[in-house]
Amino acid sequence: MLKFICPYCQVEADETELTPGGEAHLKRMGPGSSDQEFYNYLFERKNPRGIHFERWLHSYGCGKWFHVVRCTKTMEVFGTYSAQENNPPKKILDIVKKRISFGKKIK
Amino acid sequence: MKKYSAFSLVKESFNNHLGWEKAWKKSNPKKNYKIIIVGAGGHGLATAYYLGKNFGIKDVAVLEKGWLGGGNTGRNTTIIRSNYLQEESAAIYEKSRLLYETLSQELNYNVMFSPRGVMMLCQTEHELRAMKRTCHANRIYGVDTIMISPARMKEMIPIINIKGPRYPILGGLWQPRGGTARHDAVAWGYARAISSWGVDIIENCEVIGIKKNKNKISSVQTTKGDISCEKMCFVVAGNSSVMAELCGFRLPVESVALQALVSEPIKPVMNCVVMANTVHGYMSQSDKGEMVIGGGADGYNNYSQRGSFQHIEETVRALIETFPFISRLRQLRQWGGIVDMTGDRSPIISKTPVDNIYLNCGWGTGGFKAIPGSGWATAELVAKGEPGELAAPFSLERFKEGRMIDESVAAAVAH
Amino acid sequence: MTSRFSKGGRLIDRTKRLSFKFNGKNLFAYGGDTLASALLANNQVLIGRSFKYHRPRGIVSSGIEEPNALVSLGSGGSFEPNRSATTIELFDGVEATSQNHLGSLEWDIGSVNNLISKIFPAGFYYKTFINPRFAWKHIFEPTIRSAAGLGKAPKEEDGSSYDYFYAHLDVVIIGAGITGLVAANNLAKSGLKILLVEQKHFLGGYALSEEFKINNSNSFEFIKKLENELSNFENIIVKKNFSIIGIHDHSYLIGSENMEQMERNCQSSIRQRLWRIRAKHVILATGAIERPLVFAGNDIPGVMLCSAALEFYKLYGVSSGDRVVVLSNNDSAYSTVIELFNAGISVSLVIDVREKSDGNLPLKAKELGIRVEFNKAISKVIGKKKVKAVEVCSVVGEGAVLETIICDSVLMSGGWTSTLNLWSHCGGKIKWDSKLNTLVPDESFPSINEFGRSFITVLGSANGQFWPSDLFANIEKKLSRLYGELNLKKTKTLRFDINKNTNGETSSIFCVPEAADENLKAKSFVDYQNDVKLTDLRIAAQEGFESVEHLKRYTTLGMATDQGKLSNINGIQILANLLGKEINEVGTTTFRPPYTPISLGSIAGEARKELFKPIRRTPIHNWHQENGAIFEPVADWQRPYAYKGNNETLEEAIHREVKNTRNALGMLDASTLGKIIVSGTNAGEFLDLIYTNMMSSLKPGRCRYGLMCNENGFLFDDGVVARLDEKTFLCHTTTGGSDRVYSWMEEWHQTEWWDKKVFIQNLTEEYTQITIAGPKARLLLEKLGGLKVDNVNFKPLDFFEGKLGNFEVRVFRISFSGELSFEIAVPSKNGIAFWMRCLELGRDLGLTPYGTEALHIMRAEKGFIMIGDETDGTVIPQDLNLEWAISKKKKDFIGKRAHERIFMQDTNRKTLVGLSLKNSTKKIPDGAYALKSGGKGAKDVLGHITSSYFSPTLDKPIAMALLKNGKSLKGQEVDIPVDNGNILKATVVEPQFFDIEGKRQNV
Repeated sequence: MLKFICPYCQVEADETELTPGGEAHLKRMGPGSSDQEFYNYLFERKNPRGIHFERWLHSYGCGKWFHVVRCTKTMEVFGTYSAQENNPPKKILDIVKKRISFGKKIK
Repeated sequence: MKKYSAFSLVKESFNNHLGWEKAWKKSNPKKNYKIIIVGAGGHGLATAYYLGKNFGIKDVAVLEKGWLGGGNTGRNTTIIRSNYLQEESAAIYEKSRLLYETLSQELNYNVMFSPRGVMMLCQTEHELRAMKRTCHANRIYGVDTIMISPARMKEMIPIINIKGPRYPILGGLWQPRGGTARHDAVAWGYARAISSWGVDIIENCEVIGIKKNKNKISSVQTTKGDISCEKMCFVVAGNSSVMAELCGFRLPVESVALQALVSEPIKPVMNCVVMANTVHGYMSQSDKGEMVIGGGADGYNNYSQRGSFQHIEETVRALIETFPFISRLRQLRQWGGIVDMTGDRSPIISKTPVDNIYLNCGWGTGGFKAIPGSGWATAELVAKGEPGELAAPFSLERFKEGRMIDESVAAAVAH
Repeated sequence: MTSRFSKGGRLIDRTKRLSFKFNGKNLFAYGGDTLASALLANNQVLIGRSFKYHRPRGIVSSGIEEPNALVSLGSGGSFEPNRSATTIELFDGVEATSQNHLGSLEWDIGSVNNLISKIFPAGFYYKTFINPRFAWKHIFEPTIRSAAGLGKAPKEEDGSSYDYFYAHLDVVIIGAGITGLVAANNLAKSGLKILLVEQKHFLGGYALSEEFKINNSNSFEFIKKLENELSNFENIIVKKNFSIIGIHDHSYLIGSENMEQMERNCQSSIRQRLWRIRAKHVILATGAIERPLVFAGNDIPGVMLCSAALEFYKLYGVSSGDRVVVLSNNDSAYSTVIELFNAGISVSLVIDVREKSDGNLPLKAKELGIRVEFNKAISKVIGKKKVKAVEVCSVVGEGAVLETIICDSVLMSGGWTSTLNLWSHCGGKIKWDSKLNTLVPDESFPSINEFGRSFITVLGSANGQFWPSDLFANIEKKLSRLYGELNLKKTKTLRFDINKNTNGETSSIFCVPEAADENLKAKSFVDYQNDVKLTDLRIAAQEGFESVEHLKRYTTLGMATDQGKLSNINGIQILANLLGKEINEVGTTTFRPPYTPISLGSIAGEARKELFKPIRRTPIHNWHQENGAIFEPVADWQRPYAYKGNNETLEEAIHREVKNTRNALGMLDASTLGKIIVSGTNAGEFLDLIYTNMMSSLKPGRCRYGLMCNENGFLFDDGVVARLDEKTFLCHTTTGGSDRVYSWMEEWHQTEWWDKKVFIQNLTEEYTQITIAGPKARLLLEKLGGLKVDNVNFKPLDFFEGKLGNFEVRVFRISFSGELSFEIAVPSKNGIAFWMRCLELGRDLGLTPYGTEALHIMRAEKGFIMIGDETDGTVIPQDLNLEWAISKKKKDFIGKRAHERIFMQDTNRKTLVGLSLKNSTKKIPDGAYALKSGGKGAKDVLGHITSSYFSPTLDKPIAMALLKNGKSLKGQEVDIPVDNGNILKATVVEPQFFDIEGKRQNV
């Protein structure tokens, strides 16, 4: 049962309070985009076996969407940040880099 | 391949069963094969089988990073049915079910296909209408199903609770010749057959890279060395995105956890499979007497092969509502797998952006029932280089075109 | 024979006599007995029959690892199969029956399987039953299935209650044997919130039986002291009968608290309680389980683990036999030997498979004059339903009999296996230590929590430290590391004074004799419950099932209700030997929850029957119920489908409702439809992106029917939007869509268009909404009074806020039935009052309520679409002739880009038409398919029927369908196959059947 700290209300929320929202930072394509670009936006996903940047909703809490950086293999959480940030904050990226550079074997 | 039969079983018993040969040969990879299949799960092994059987192509290697049949084929709830709504789905699942009917004889390996019937419950008016539509579609597309009244259902399944109180059963869609099979046996049966005609099955051999020549595959890099090939097909279910990344492209796939559990074994109480979609749960009784229980997938990307406990709770609650007596039975085991969910929840059997690399994935929570049909269709695609009738609708291109094959009709709740 | 000693037994109370039944026999025991100790005390050695071969089986262990002594308990609503006798705390009146036999336990017809067991090795069913094909379904499988299973299924509903408990703790200590108690004592002063749990019904574990001296007192007294000290600390909770069954991600533990005894004594209304625990740190003090040895006849009743015999003696005062032979590969067995000898039991021989041992215990045994022979083994146990004798042989060789010893009890010890399941539930790896001959946690691959750090510390026997002196050294070392991790000041760790004994090594021989012939191997059991023998493992390896997972699945080793606690390690060792590999090469199987089986009822908790899923009710619900409403579930709501009187059929009721609404006046509870307020400076722009229509151009006081598509272009919800004022829109959604659309809007606002200044509120439950529809609708509103409702002042699609009959209302003039219709919203607290007022005033106007089915018929007569019927997740608005609702002016809205894709523009897409049946009084069956006239199969399919009703207004069946290139089919005939090979013939018409100009709603 995962838990994340909601960056808005600071509650350490159990998974049962949350709704998963898939890959984060997708660039929305609308009218004017090519079929390939539109397909990429709607369907293509990184789906990594490792560090994943994803969206979650605090549905049975403050009702806010937020971003989570999590390992899809070990469930380790590297941080959470607001949904209105288009890029992961440097602080979290540094933690991730450090972790990967320790040669952590994610098999 | 030494023939299996009751006679040979009795004969061998006098010899303390010392005469049985290896079910499949253990080998190290050669330097080159005509076709490499990555993934020795049910679908991969079936593909190799039909490549040999239907097209005479036997210069094939099946590479497996773990142990044969150790992925979703080794950990599913064994349901076989073909009562799907869309024409394209019905075609491939019904083909698969038909192949299951004679698979034991075909492979000379008892996969214990048991056509004991699959009952899908209707617990809202909307679901009832949707099932009726599926029933009509099935009839036209060659799948044998009928609608069953609640009273008749209670006769067929004495232990079922049709009265609710929360979701009384309004009817059911019954596929008499759907059922179950022994999942490990399916993998072992296909493996034994292909091994007997010289296909190399190489376990503990992980693919770590792909070498291309212009935009065409030239060889596969593995933990047991490089292997060159003319064509490659990867059939790795939840790990499809990882393989695709090695090949240089991405997929409309997300990998999530699917959990299931069994109870301790009890004397027979239920002869068929029951699926209750409104409450998200399904149950059948294995030949050993265990109640095999499953539900919906967890919702977030997950490669750990374990899921969250609340999904087990929800599934168990749904089944206690449907079969109140199971409350005092005990859960014996639970397990999880990685299932690949596509953008429209229908599979992908397709060419890929790289020439001579083919792909079979996206079976989501329903891959076991499709093993023979999927293998059949994929073998055709790989052998001919173009998809046949069964595989054609499931191309990767459909997402770009907007041509979804969507089976989730019953899920839409409205008015 | 097994019997009760005249004194002794730490846990029993000889002043409390209990009576119980086994297979109908009346027997007696003492308070504190388990069912197992009680049966042994009564010389009941044969307890059940094995799964496949129906071999006689008896008690092998004294704990949860018991594979053989499974019984069915109770009857009726408390009937429970497959309970292990060793874990049942006996109570007065227990009724237990043995399982898995045809005929009596003593004379089981099923034991014929045993005679022909050679034909039925593991996996035999894969090799046979292949031909003839029909025979599998009709003969073989039913036979196998009826022989399968152990206990019978409960027939009645579970009469017990279950509930949940939540706990947030700093440390959970799993296991209250001496290790757990010491750890708890150590951490107690730190003030951390600690939970100490023990799966047995007593604390102290094996140290209560295998006594040793610690700090100059007996271990038994030492444990009592620790227990008492713990009770002084408020920050420690101690629980018995409590199993942690799983450790899940982010240090989430599931625990099962067994309150059966208390339920029986009426001290608890709950049978089992499931704990959900978040723990910052976990200490595994889960101990170790003794391994059986593998030899011919090791499953005959009377063959038991040494530790079990010791526990039965020390805790329950029960003797496992008068004449005992012991077989061991390690020193720990000698504790049992010495204790039994001192109790006066005749220990005929201790057979030690090792060459020698320098340990203190074997030496002591020798000093006591007990006969010990090294380099020997057991060739075979003689006896069928109980042990009669053993044949002694050399360890090497094929088991030539050197000596036959008459005995009634064989105690075996194959070494100990640390219990590490919980260590690996979350990905922690386990490895085999060939020196200690047990599993140990691989500390370089621990289970990790959400911070990527290890959170489990393994102490004591669970960490491979079996001997008391080693155990305490290990505890000290690990706890000081834990203090560091928890940032605790190092308190003075308690000092322990234990004699360091010399202990002989455990041998890696566990399968004897080493060159046993096939006949002996075929009677040497590895997994008791599933009847897996040494020969089965050999066959599996021979056939190439070389991975431990394959071995398990092929032979079913470890898959019984004991989950392989006694069989896994022996199985893996045998496999490694067969393959010539090291155990770590072969691998251990993955441990998964549950650690012990838990009832499904406890997983479900209280969420059953009425509490299974919450029901959402409108304020009018009770009135509906009292007035004949037949409900249908829509999402989590219950909506009246129709109101059925006593003298009418359901169909008659529905038709009555339709006719009445069309001819006079009807009233519908529409409260379940979503009501979402979108307000703010950018509300209009925001809604322009959400809907296909232009909403920003909607004037205040006006309504507009809107469509919502997803990014894939498919229509997923519809509803009327009303503009309340310049900055405020009220969006109606379908019932199933209310929460979904609200979430949808929030998602787009928060994650994509957060620059838009809007507020979004879901007010669905805040208002009761009532539809007043029919030619007399205006008359009712006039009777209520307060608003101008004539056709000039209140035009179609107008909205007014005001008062109607002293009620604060919002009134929307919108119509789904096609009649003159007003939807009136009142705050929910006034809902029922308003409903009743309308009923009162409407009586003279012929007002009656109508349900969802009547509404659906009326809207179909008008050709209005319904989400979920005309849509199925693959339909775009253009398919439904709704292009008019798609703004051509807007640059962008959700779904616009998707509509531009090639498949969405295909002229052969299925589009909405109507169908008119020739000569029929019955409607087209729901969900039927339409084919080209004269068409046969799939290639002639045109599409499917989306809505089908018998129209009481038109007195004929009507239907709408989605057919390929529907427009081109107008006027043509199509075939509709129905049941029994019949084909209905229908004509394709416009999808509107009644009041096509829409006059009735505009009066």
